Amino acid sequence: MKVVEIKNLTFEYPGVKAIDNVSFSVEQNDFLGIIGPNGAGKSTLFSCMLGLNNQYDGTIFFFGKNIRESKKYLKDIGYVPQKPIFEKNFPATVREVVRMGLRKKFDEKRVDKVLQDVWIHELSHKRIGELSIGQQQRVFIAKALVGDPKILILDEPVTGIDIQSTELFYGILRDLNKKQNITIIWASHDLDAVNRLANKVACLDRTLFFHGVSDKFFSNEELVKKYAEASMQKHMHQHVKS
Amino acid sequence: MTLEIFTYGFMQRALVSGIAIALLCSVVGLFLVLRRYSLFGDAVAHSSFGGIALGLLLGIYPMWTAYVIALISAAIITRLKQKFDISGEASVAILLSSGIAFGLILISISGGFSVDIFSFLFGSILLVSIEDTILILGLTGGILIVILLLYRELIYSTFNEEQAKVSGIPVEKINYLIVFIAGITVVTSIQLVGILLISALFVIPNVTAIMFGRSFKQTAILSISFAISAVVIGILISYLLDITPSGSIVMLSITIFAVTIGLKSLGLINRSLKIKKSFLSNHFVNN
Repeated sequence: MKVVEIKNLTFEYPGVKAIDNVSFSVEQNDFLGIIGPNGAGKSTLFSCMLGLNNQYDGTIFFFGKNIRESKKYLKDIGYVPQKPIFEKNFPATVREVVRMGLRKKFDEKRVDKVLQDVWIHELSHKRIGELSIGQQQRVFIAKALVGDPKILILDEPVTGIDIQSTELFYGILRDLNKKQNITIIWASHDLDAVNRLANKVACLDRTLFFHGVSDKFFSNEELVKKYAEASMQKHMHQHVKS
Repeated sequence: MTLEIFTYGFMQRALVSGIAIALLCSVVGLFLVLRRYSLFGDAVAHSSFGGIALGLLLGIYPMWTAYVIALISAAIITRLKQKFDISGEASVAILLSSGIAFGLILISISGGFSVDIFSFLFGSILLVSIEDTILILGLTGGILIVILLLYRELIYSTFNEEQAKVSGIPVEKINYLIVFIAGITVVTSIQLVGILLISALFVIPNVTAIMFGRSFKQTAILSISFAISAVVIGILISYLLDITPSGSIVMLSITIFAVTIGLKSLGLINRSLKIKKSFLSNHFVNN
């Protein structure tokens, strides 16, 4: 069953096309890794999917409904941003942050469960700013999970996190997908991790130049080479510009 | 003599109004400080100076024109930030100076400064009437009810706007709401400390509380406690020493801030304002 369907999505910043005629779909319980070099349009794609940006052409369907018509789909979405951005002295405990946005009548046991799922329960009474970036990112996963979402969207969530925390993070994602049947859409630079975790891959560089089963992408040397070259060119271009 | 002052009507009105304003400013100010809008109170207060001058010139009760101008200013600040991507601090600076300039022009037209203008600039809490007290209590109650009803939306959009939007919270509307609430709070508070010292009520108790509060609720309670203590003791000291209440209230707030920051830097108190056990036991043994 298709839970997300994107048809002919195009988004243009003044003078620059960030996404050009992209179409793909996500099946229930998929673990989709979206890969692409910096500036490939991954974050723009997510901002359109999450309703943060409505100035796009094309259509986006969540659970069979056009997201322009209703925002109700958002209650079934958990979102983890690239970096946990907040005022660093914000006076809120981990538990308070996880509860934020919930209706007044919520199940405190659900909060405990998601804190345990992401291995952060023992820090629940600490102030959020006292945690490391890796721990903060786990809090944001707990926050995304507390509303019992059907789909989890993560935008390069391990940027700036140490290797140990990254591996713990990947383990959590795998469990959420396999044990709790949560559909995961995950933007990442880490090809090795995408190869290990995702069952589907979408390769984006403004246009979509691959979408399909993960094994098919990684067993095709030509595709991987093309991706690596595109990433290298972007990297060199940015390096020269800076 | 000390207890006798509580029997005076003007003192009772000053204390009741002062406590209500302290409560309101610390709660609303906490959202402003965390949104990096610390000088918002200053900007709206300065622009409401133009409103007060307009009221005095037209012969209308100046607080009403101040409320109107404050709400328009609050809307302009938010619009500049949302629509034209002008930073909060820059739009605050623009409004701050334009409000004073507008007010000065109107005062010049009306023939110069009067006693009324000075009471608005520096506050006159000991002169509040019973009608003013009722208005202050009504507005405080109304605003606190709105904050309690929309607590979930307010705290989440203050913490992270993008995530709040993704969870379906109408962040733009909430942003307008918080600045309108802040605008009304600023004008209501002018009677306590005056236009020139208003931001102290919004900022100082909250900055002190944020250093120590672990949770949002704990921080809000600490901030309210600091603000009410400063206002009540400040009003009493001002009466006993015959000095201006606005000055003593703000200086007391600063003293609380300085003492707590001093104790913290010496390691004598931890977060939650608890005196360290080691300090207590040493003190007990030594004495």
